[in-house]
Amino acid sequence: MAFRDLIRERFFPHIWCPGCGHGTVLNSLLHVVDKMGLDPTSMCMVSGIGCSARISGYVNFHTMHTMHGRALPCATGIKLAKPQLNMIVPMGDGDAMAIGGNHFIHACRRNIDMTAIVLNNRIYGMTGGQYSPLSGRGVLATTAPYRSIDDDFDAVALAQGAGATFVARTTAFHVKELSKILTKAIQHKGFSVVEVMVQCPTYFGRKNKMGGAVQLLEYYRDNTAPLGSKKLEENQNLIPRGIFVERERPEYCEEYQNVIALAEGKE
Amino acid sequence: MEAVEINVLWCKGCGVCVAFCPKKALSLVGEKAQVDPELCIGCGMCELYCPDLAIVVNKPTKKNEKVTEEGLS
Amino acid sequence: MSATQQDVRFVQGNEACVRGALYAGLRFFAGYPITPSTEIAEHLAENLPKVGGTFVQMEDEIASMCAVCGASLAGSKSMTATSGPGFSLKQEAIGYAAMAEIPCVVVDVQRAGPSTGLATKVAQADVNQARWGTHGEHSIVTLTASTVQDMFAVTVEAFNIAEAYRTPVILLFDEVMGHMRERLVIPPAGELPVTERLRTAVKPGVNYHPYLPREDGRLPMSDYGDIHRYHVTGLYHDIWGFPTEQPEQVNKLVHHLVDKIEGRVHELARWKEFYLEDAENVLISYGSAARSARHLVETRRQKGHRVGLLELQTIWPFPKDLVREKTANAKNVFVVEMNMGQVMAQVKQAVDNPDHVYLVNRVDGTLVTPTDIGNVMRVIEGKGV
Repeated sequence: MAFRDLIRERFFPHIWCPGCGHGTVLNSLLHVVDKMGLDPTSMCMVSGIGCSARISGYVNFHTMHTMHGRALPCATGIKLAKPQLNMIVPMGDGDAMAIGGNHFIHACRRNIDMTAIVLNNRIYGMTGGQYSPLSGRGVLATTAPYRSIDDDFDAVALAQGAGATFVARTTAFHVKELSKILTKAIQHKGFSVVEVMVQCPTYFGRKNKMGGAVQLLEYYRDNTAPLGSKKLEENQNLIPRGIFVERERPEYCEEYQNVIALAEGKE
Repeated sequence: MEAVEINVLWCKGCGVCVAFCPKKALSLVGEKAQVDPELCIGCGMCELYCPDLAIVVNKPTKKNEKVTEEGLS
Repeated sequence: MSATQQDVRFVQGNEACVRGALYAGLRFFAGYPITPSTEIAEHLAENLPKVGGTFVQMEDEIASMCAVCGASLAGSKSMTATSGPGFSLKQEAIGYAAMAEIPCVVVDVQRAGPSTGLATKVAQADVNQARWGTHGEHSIVTLTASTVQDMFAVTVEAFNIAEAYRTPVILLFDEVMGHMRERLVIPPAGELPVTERLRTAVKPGVNYHPYLPREDGRLPMSDYGDIHRYHVTGLYHDIWGFPTEQPEQVNKLVHHLVDKIEGRVHELARWKEFYLEDAENVLISYGSAARSARHLVETRRQKGHRVGLLELQTIWPFPKDLVREKTANAKNVFVVEMNMGQVMAQVKQAVDNPDHVYLVNRVDGTLVTPTDIGNVMRVIEGKGV
């Protein structure tokens, strides 16, 4: 395996269920870091709590498994103290959008250079299948036995509105696209948000009678379409994929260097 | 080095690789993925799909075969 | 300023805290505005970048404490400051810092609570919150001060203790101390000891165990970004920092977290004492309340009364033996504090005769006065109200 140096092999097989999309995102990320030739000692991964958060234990980077929803502020502290680090911040949908929602929008606003990956499986997996802010109306979950009456956030629109300078969405079915988007997100100078729609066959799939991993991936194949595609134009019900925002804005750590220069000149 | 290495200790038998192999070169045997080297064109999609990081494709992609997530194009 | 000239200032306690932190080598501060601690953030916003450090105003109190944890792991001496409501919010990440053994300093300039309470008025009711605010078994260090000069000194101490023992240290100040102005003499660099972080000497290619204590119990660190890549988690973990549920390892870690502090009660005890040698009545106090206690002791001594004061600068771990020893010959012990007896409960457990321990308090948002103390003493001494 080309990325053997990038993982902590002794912890494999990993803890995720058979067919869990989180594994595919980890897989893609490792391929990307390997292909980009990034030095693992320059890599820092910070995660929150939940199934997705376990990802930080598997990569042989500097890793911090923090608290539920708190990956971004912890990562912000690290990045400000060591701006040369390449920060990757994977989060679950509940992690990023519910308990960590405030941190999420402010990290977007600040435009601090890091790559936030929202692993959206539309469910709280670790606690056994409760609905999340990305589940959407009509979903069955252990805490929505009569179907959810909560509308979902559009994570992409939220990131866009909050000022993230790179915003993209893809799925665990579109593995080549995922690699391309992750590469661009890591290369981007500023706050990048990548929403990856991933499958939770154990809770989301089973509870909603949508089948196992294969059927859920087929669902992502059939119900999404690339931005600007004819397919999307023809069917407004499809979920758009691709890069929604890619623009430049002053990066926070660089801006703070200017503050230091100003302060030092003062005395 | 085998053309396609499958780490049976890591493979959890989810069947994702089997479902999305454009050449149907993979199958599950005893809940573990197995490849038919004759059918494999070395496209590497299974390596990218595998949620268990259990597959490494060493075989170069066959010429004239352009593969996307949607299959052969 | 020439080398012989002293750096003397007339400053608020909050600024003294800032000067102490900078003296100790603070390089990262994350905070959120809250009365009565805001001046700490304001002074650091101005002064941290002057020394190449980083100040960041985060989106909330939780984020501030999280950023402090992250920055400390990346190698910076780190601090945050808040007051009661914010201190409540920070407890989650204070627990993380305790579990992951992240050196950091948390300032709580106390105001009256619970909830929003009295935002601009004094109280000392966060004593137990400092000790038990975060969930789960752990230990923590908490320091106080009763003069602006002491606020400078205990802030330096707080960083030294945090770095030496890899623990969050709480600086439990109060509104009066934070806002009061007094003379501050900033000692020249090198006069007060400053503890630098112990970093691992393990060479590249050799296994580094972030949670394997040395023989002296200390855990050498490696900064994120340096050669050693390792894992930090809030889960129970092994010597590598990886999660474990092995009862033996869990048990060992709980004991380590508690013992590294509780086992050093004597080393960590800081106090001041006034006229204790022959004191029949011993006052025990801390923070701004100790100023009133001191005043009462000085005036009564002039009248020949045998009264003394033990000012506790370390509240947690509670210096039980010290309190017992210093009150051994006292007829009465008066605990002067602005809460319903949080330190008094500890004193009662420490002394031989808990029935002779009395509380002198004020919980109305105003400073407990020497008159308040005198009134209670007169009743106990049988001299009428």
